Amino acid sequence: MATNILTVENFQKLAKVIEENKGRQGALMPILHEGQKIFGCLPIEVQKMISEELEIPLSEIYGVVTFYSQFSLEPKGEYVISVCLGTACYVKNAQPILDKISEVIEAKPGGNSPDGKFTLLATRCIGACGLAPVITINEDVYGRLVVDDIPKIMEKYL
Amino acid sequence: MELFRSHVLVCAGTGCTSSASLKIIEEFEKQLEENNLEKEVKIVQTGCFGLCEAGPVVIVYPEGAFYSHIKVEDVKRITEEHLLKGRVVTDLLYKDAVIENQVRDIDEVDFYKKQKRIALRNCGLINPEDIEEYIAFDGYKALAKVLTEMKPEEVIEIIKESKLRGRGGGGFPAGLKWEFAAKAEGDEKYVACNADEGDPGAFMDRSVLEGDPHVIVEAMTIAGYAIGANKGYVYIRAEYPIAVKRLQLAIDDAKRMGLLGEKIFNTGFDFDLEIRLGAGAFVCGEETALINSIEGKRGMPRPRPPFPANKGIWNKPTLLNNVETYANIPQIILNGPEWFKSIGTETSKGTKVFALGGKINNTGLVEIPMGTTLREVIYEIGGGIPGGKEFKAVQTGGPSGGCIPAEHIDTPIDYDNLIELGSMMGSGGMIVMDEDNCMVDIARFFLDFTVDESCGKCPPCRIGTKRMLEILDKITEGNGTMEDIDNLERLAKNIKAASLCGLGQTAPNPVLSTLQYFREEYEAHVLEHRCPAGACKALSNYYILETCKGCGICMKACPVEAISGERKQVHVIDLDVCIKCGECMAKCPFDAIVRR
Amino acid sequence: MKSIADLEKIREAALERVNLRSDRQGIRIVVGMATCGIAAGARPVMMSFLDEIKKRGIEHVVVTQTGCIGACQYEPIVEVYDGDEKTTYIEMTVDKAKRVVLEHIVNGNIVDGYTIGSYKK
Repeated sequence: MATNILTVENFQKLAKVIEENKGRQGALMPILHEGQKIFGCLPIEVQKMISEELEIPLSEIYGVVTFYSQFSLEPKGEYVISVCLGTACYVKNAQPILDKISEVIEAKPGGNSPDGKFTLLATRCIGACGLAPVITINEDVYGRLVVDDIPKIMEKYL
Repeated sequence: MELFRSHVLVCAGTGCTSSASLKIIEEFEKQLEENNLEKEVKIVQTGCFGLCEAGPVVIVYPEGAFYSHIKVEDVKRITEEHLLKGRVVTDLLYKDAVIENQVRDIDEVDFYKKQKRIALRNCGLINPEDIEEYIAFDGYKALAKVLTEMKPEEVIEIIKESKLRGRGGGGFPAGLKWEFAAKAEGDEKYVACNADEGDPGAFMDRSVLEGDPHVIVEAMTIAGYAIGANKGYVYIRAEYPIAVKRLQLAIDDAKRMGLLGEKIFNTGFDFDLEIRLGAGAFVCGEETALINSIEGKRGMPRPRPPFPANKGIWNKPTLLNNVETYANIPQIILNGPEWFKSIGTETSKGTKVFALGGKINNTGLVEIPMGTTLREVIYEIGGGIPGGKEFKAVQTGGPSGGCIPAEHIDTPIDYDNLIELGSMMGSGGMIVMDEDNCMVDIARFFLDFTVDESCGKCPPCRIGTKRMLEILDKITEGNGTMEDIDNLERLAKNIKAASLCGLGQTAPNPVLSTLQYFREEYEAHVLEHRCPAGACKALSNYYILETCKGCGICMKACPVEAISGERKQVHVIDLDVCIKCGECMAKCPFDAIVRR
Repeated sequence: MKSIADLEKIREAALERVNLRSDRQGIRIVVGMATCGIAAGARPVMMSFLDEIKKRGIEHVVVTQTGCIGACQYEPIVEVYDGDEKTTYIEMTVDKAKRVVLEHIVNGNIVDGYTIGSYKK
């Protein structure tokens, strides 16, 4: 997505979040969670501001951001497609479903499609094992899938 | 106080919410209004009933009519037939609940009959967002008893006496943990709850948090009193938004009613709780990694000792238990240790919740007394394997556990038995596998998971698991040698012995247990270049059977034109051209195409 | 919340609200609410039972509905289950319901005049 996320408003929102959390012990993680919500990701400019305000070295913050899979340095696509690869889904053939989606939107797991519209993720169990195999596209959940269902589902978003 | 003649319970656990249970609630509200029933019938959104396979699930009391797979369109019928006219809509009932037109009570459905619900006792019964309903079912009574009648040492004595063991994995005696934390020196202490349920296929902690969040608030407050802490942290996966929301609501309500905060029950005891979110790192389920994460650091484990009981959060003594462990505490306090001890086996007391999944008819959450056999769980509660396939193995303990084969299916489930079989209790995932699952591929799947989630701090886990995965890849692709199998085994044993934390120490278990019970499958991959289950793509081919009717559907489906044959004649797949995509098998209307 | 007594108070109040789901003991009043029953006026009868029981703060009584009892000419039919004993009241009205609550539920005396037995005589 080409839209600029590093806007003045967003930084003001972040400043407010930092202000509210500053006094807390172990404030970094909650602030990063909020930051990710505000900007959609945690680019280095955002980390710099947090570093300065909390007086934590940037290297340490970068270390934390890159450690956790939920934090991302780059913006995600408009649609985030998560394919559950938890055990229950895996034994019910989730892998071919992931492969098929990857083929349809031309994105590798963990990456964005060429137009930046989709982000494909292979996730761990989302706890809907009764519906296995399951994918989620943003808030929508699709369960009990077979490979053939994929093109039809994707049509709605393409 | 309003009285209602009927209560409609709609499951709003994640499993059912993902299949639109919230829309069902909306529709019920609309329908009740249209039929002027809002004063007679109450809609209650509850936590997980446990039978996710049948979701979305709706139960209508007082009849206990158990409706499954409910769609928004069905709501109108249930309202008009059942709620208005009193006729149970039998064709929407859970299939096991209808026998000769007699509607059976939900408790008598096979899925629930063998269960004993302690940790899940309120799940699916109360509205988790209503503190008063929790109180109605004896909620906060244990806390009241502890604060007004008991000394901290007495509380610890009861927990010790009950022989409750940690439900998060290792099975360490909870009472001892409490005692260590109580005896540790420190000006400040903390109580923490591990709700970073990361095992793929396990979701019992989420269900407790979603279905009965107050039990965690109550139990942690009791723990705080017992060890002398005034502050608690609940560390939850950010992937569980419903659980986070309901627990936060529970904490706020408890504060509002004076069940958290200062001078609880007019005693001198203060306690406060705070939620901390994880951010998608499996290793944070390890206790020292979790503590680092709460402190805002990379979630890497610390060497033990010092144990968290002495040096935990901010280096202060910390009591850390898992969600399910806490969920047992109030019941133990209220019913006494003797009651709890009367359930279970010699070494493992009480019940355990399992998330039953994989190739099984009734997927869902089950709570059984320790000592129930695997066969009872799989065949009686789980309803057996679908499609008439043969049971092959059951995987317990997630990436830290192992596969238990059919010959041990009569083993009573407890901590020690599972470890003896080369698996472990773990957090309680139980994935059933049938003849179509390749054990080498399953081992590879778990190793892939561990490699991904290894934090990278200690070399045995960081490098060792990666090497194991490479060997498994080689074997599943048909390029393995017998030496590879030996190396795999040696590596596994070294990683087990040398890793820093529980994640590394147990990571080789899936490989070791499958090597122990299914070595011949590994050997078939290596020596015969064959995958007996037909699951490994590189080693299996598609074949058309004699039962082919020659309809030509597969021919059209094949993207590379590898299938040929005359109409009404048996078709043939050219294996040199075939790319093994499986389209033909998926499309064949006669099940005449197999992979082997 | 200051004491165990406060907690107990909330518990009792809340339990009353949800007792349908746990308490299968005590008296059950079952109102026939099939189409015929409703047509004959079962709904106000049931509301009357609910009101009366609430007003008097009677515990251990569950008012519930059921389908067609199979004797349409006697509707609205109400059955009262007390332990093993079952009493069937027929052609109920709002006022009759109030009397059943008072005499049968509170005082334990079956209102003979309203039962199906008396009708047959």
